[in-house]
Amino acid sequence: MSIKELKKMPGLNIRDYGMYIALLIIIVFFGIVTDGNFIKPQNIADLMNQTGYIAVLAVGMTFIIIIRHIDLSVGFLAGCLGAASAIGLTSWGYPVYFVIPAVLILGILAGCITALPVAMLGIPSFVASLAGWLIYRGILLMATSGTGTIIISDPAFIAISNGSIPDFLSNFSFLPGTHKLTLLLGLLAMVWIIFRNISIRKSKLLYNFEIIPMYMFIMQQIFFVAVISAVTWVLSGSNGMSWTVVIMMVVVSGYDWIARQTVLGRHIYAVGGNPEAAELSGISVKRITMIVFGSMGLLSAISGIMFASRLQSASPTAGTLFELDAIAAAYIGGVSAAGGVGKISGSLIGALVYMSLMNGMNLWSTTSDASLQYIIRGLVLAIAVIFDVATRKAKR
Amino acid sequence: MNIPILEMKSITKSFPGVKALNNVSFQVARGEVHCLVGENGAGKSTLMKVLSGVYPHGEYTGDILFDGRIQKFNGIADSEAAGIAIIYQELALFPELSVYENVLLGHEITKGLTIDWNETIKKSTEMLKNVGLNVNPESKVKDLGVGQQQLIEIAKALCKDIKLLILDEPTAALNESDCDNLYELIGELKKKGVTCVLISHRLKEVINIADTVTVLRDGETICTLDASKNEVNENTLIKNMVGREINNIYPERKHVRSDEVIMEVKNWNAYDPGLGRAVLKDINFKLKKGEIIGFAGLIGAGRTELAHSIFGNPDGYEITGELILKNKKQNFRSPKDAINAGIAYASEDRKGDGLIMIQDIKRNITLACLKRISAKGVVNDNTEIRYATEYKSALNIKTPSLEQLIVNLSGGNQQKVSIAKWLFVEPDVLILDEPTRGIDVGAKYEIYTIMNRLVEQGMSIIMISSELPEILGMSDRIYVVSAGKISGELSGSEANQEQIMHLATQ
Repeated sequence: MSIKELKKMPGLNIRDYGMYIALLIIIVFFGIVTDGNFIKPQNIADLMNQTGYIAVLAVGMTFIIIIRHIDLSVGFLAGCLGAASAIGLTSWGYPVYFVIPAVLILGILAGCITALPVAMLGIPSFVASLAGWLIYRGILLMATSGTGTIIISDPAFIAISNGSIPDFLSNFSFLPGTHKLTLLLGLLAMVWIIFRNISIRKSKLLYNFEIIPMYMFIMQQIFFVAVISAVTWVLSGSNGMSWTVVIMMVVVSGYDWIARQTVLGRHIYAVGGNPEAAELSGISVKRITMIVFGSMGLLSAISGIMFASRLQSASPTAGTLFELDAIAAAYIGGVSAAGGVGKISGSLIGALVYMSLMNGMNLWSTTSDASLQYIIRGLVLAIAVIFDVATRKAKR
Repeated sequence: MNIPILEMKSITKSFPGVKALNNVSFQVARGEVHCLVGENGAGKSTLMKVLSGVYPHGEYTGDILFDGRIQKFNGIADSEAAGIAIIYQELALFPELSVYENVLLGHEITKGLTIDWNETIKKSTEMLKNVGLNVNPESKVKDLGVGQQQLIEIAKALCKDIKLLILDEPTAALNESDCDNLYELIGELKKKGVTCVLISHRLKEVINIADTVTVLRDGETICTLDASKNEVNENTLIKNMVGREINNIYPERKHVRSDEVIMEVKNWNAYDPGLGRAVLKDINFKLKKGEIIGFAGLIGAGRTELAHSIFGNPDGYEITGELILKNKKQNFRSPKDAINAGIAYASEDRKGDGLIMIQDIKRNITLACLKRISAKGVVNDNTEIRYATEYKSALNIKTPSLEQLIVNLSGGNQQKVSIAKWLFVEPDVLILDEPTRGIDVGAKYEIYTIMNRLVEQGMSIIMISSELPEILGMSDRIYVVSAGKISGELSGSEANQEQIMHLATQ
């Protein structure tokens, strides 16, 4: 079946699948050229942990871009908030259960401060967040100026990005050497996704909406099952699912739910689709702008905590270029720069594509050179966006 | 009779699903003022776009003979080079640039590699004198009135060596004295040998100014009338434009109107800090339960501004005055307050601030009142589909699926979605701003029927419309707005077009 025929199929949009296919190609390609090193359990686990702090930012950035804004400050804000955690834990000796909520609140406040001039005065978010970028960078350098890096020794904090979920099922004797809770969670995820897809399909049939043909639907489900079982199997073979993956999945599914199922989500897409119409429909564009930037601040805090935990320290360069990685991931995931269009799940896939590429290039000797990596990352971003725009046009 | 300067023969232009022009012939004699009239959607603008090359040769069939030669324009640049200039209703000037920069834009006088500003100013002053405009060439265009801006456009066109000047509804936004200036200028240009084609909705001006009139209807040439043979008069024009009796296109309505006043606006003034001027002055009106009141007036009279100022003031006007709704004094701070109090406003500009074009029908219908389909902030998809289906059939929205995106719908169906969206909030007062703009006759009739059904059920409707027959056919009472003021109130059954026009141009 040619791509042209695929495009003509009702309800099937090549754009929705392009990124999954790209991800698959990347995994197979690097799996081959690195003699299987790329798909070893340890590397996949590592890749998931690397993706975590970018995926979390990309999720927030998705909403920001949907409402036609941009936030450049999130990278160094994440760095700053990581440093704040380190100072709170190490220098001031506060307990971890106090530091983490405090840093999260700090993140929300920082996001709202960026949003204030944007929402109230109509300052372009590019400028407002560029100012934030400079300010947070300065604060980060100031905070780490004494020691260079601040070492974190709190075990609970370090576990966020280095530990795995406890395996309380390890007493069972079947499948020795695997992390059984991880397997169970993967199984539950599979069952849930398939049940949800079937119920969505049923209700669409009931209302005569466009649906994909049955054999495509089954193939789609097989694909989901294959991906989830592969990831779960690989993870259960190493140390099991890490807390990073758990946090990432909670954030992604939470935001995905907000986007699809809540009044707030509807309002966000409405503001992005047509701010004037949204305002005249009784939606406060200012309020939505504040909420979306506030949530971006919260996610920056989560990202900063994850990164600090991963390095077990706060460094003066933490967060460098995170904002651009997150923006790239969101665009690769199919968010439209014109606003109003984009999926949270798309941005997760975008982040996975982007980080697999970086991880794979690091492992492959031919592309281990950093300068070449930047060029390839740029090309992939350009190709992804061109593909997105081209398929969008073809749909009309 | 001399050879025509322009002859368009058997022009046919199709868009997907619709024939915009069907075998149209159009002939303009050298040195005349030729008016092109027709209802909205008759094909006037499409014909002019074919002529100017916006739709290039090959996208239409038929021949264009201009200045004695068959022309195959591939773009505006080609038609300009041949000597055709078009001035559109929406002016294409740069508001932040000075008058002289605008006049000579694209025809800069250069000295080596740089622009010779002194010569530019000198030349532009000359050009301004040509069109009888007496302004400082160094002032910014945005500081001038619409009438003056129009003259600048004409001056700009005259910089090129033009043989045919096309004006697309030039007087729509002008006041009376600006209009007179323009007519005078057209007379002057005629003396200088410039041929003028004028597209206009104002029949009086057509009768005054035209040597020849061509009437288009539904994409076809209906007739060409010669003023020197006394063929041009209002009745003939209207008869040819509409091709049917005007009064039978409005459905009958059972009048159930009570004397209960549902909304009253008293001493209402609005000042626009962005424009730096008052947009509404001392507005007073009443709306009764089960009544349709019409707001008539020319474009730019302040009717939309009035609707916005009542509907929670999203434009940030400084407002004084009283708004009383259901016997309670209201002070809305946002459209949300107005919606909650029972007012709905369906915008004149569906694409601009009415609907979300990239979203589907059901989402647009429910957007303004998501609380009806949600509990604790979570949307129930099934409830949404149930309601959307209900409104879709009540308003007869023609679509295969509620998941169809708004961009893919026809204008009439878009308008029905827009009305459905506002009926979904279950308002007491529904403000419809130009409810039938840009939609076909069949859909218009359906919208009128819906309006009648709503008022029979006890809703009150404020209809803003620039189409006089519609105002006359649908309104119980008519308020005429002119220059931000209500210049008169008329009874719907007794008023006529002349009375309204008279009040609207005060």
